Amino acid sequence: MEIQLEYYLVISLVMMACGVYGFLSRRNTLAMLISIELMLNAADINFAAFNRYLFSNYEGHFFAIFGIAIAAAETAVAIAIMINIYRNLKSIQTKDLEEMKH
Amino acid sequence: MDITLQSIVFVLVALAMILCSVLTVTTKSLLRSATYLLFVLLGTALLYFLLDYTFLGAAQIIVYAGGIVVLFVFAILLTRSDKSLNAKLKVSKILSSAVAAVAGLVVFGFCILSHSFAGQIAPSGKELDMKEVGIALMGDGKFQYLLPFEAVSILLLACLIGGILIARKR
Repeated sequence: MEIQLEYYLVISLVMMACGVYGFLSRRNTLAMLISIELMLNAADINFAAFNRYLFSNYEGHFFAIFGIAIAAAETAVAIAIMINIYRNLKSIQTKDLEEMKH
Repeated sequence: MDITLQSIVFVLVALAMILCSVLTVTTKSLLRSATYLLFVLLGTALLYFLLDYTFLGAAQIIVYAGGIVVLFVFAILLTRSDKSLNAKLKVSKILSSAVAAVAGLVVFGFCILSHSFAGQIAPSGKELDMKEVGIALMGDGKFQYLLPFEAVSILLLACLIGGILIARKR
């Protein structure tokens, strides 16, 4: 059985759909951030798989590396913001976040 | 049809990743959600190894499994939001989210499976040389990435400072 490009795309597609579902249905901002991580990972898998199967250079590989670095930066800042919000409001549920100023 | 060790590993990893990503968004405890996310991220790293991108897989394990998931667990415990997922959700809300996700899944799945990708090169089993990665990251020619590398380093510095500034006690 030869592993085809489509198999990788199907895995990343399922991850992407799970991320969309979690982002829309969760009410906790940290859970939404976890869903965002799922979606970013699905995109990175696509970059690497497309690059490996369809091209002979390594652009997708490096794009995935930079994608990982930017996802890490984004998560760190988002978690810092959420800890600050929790300190002010004692909750990080989306329904309590009607205004961000304090 | 011959079944190679690689394809067995691929199928196992794929099934585990699909199961864990569904569990990540459906489980009731946020800590469990983060744990399932860890398994999904490790599975992604294994996929990179199967694609012969060993450096990318190692970076994935170091940054995600070693960094981001630990950050998530600390944040969940600091904000005491582990049990808060049990809050009642409206059924209509869940249904509309599920419809959006499944609609996307169907449309893109149809596109992927009905399109035949011409000129596929199967992975040769020869891993991407570490020397090649280093030269490509440090050069400024065609297909070399010095400028994005420096830009990302400045971005990481900015987010380090920003994270400390935002989260510190006043």
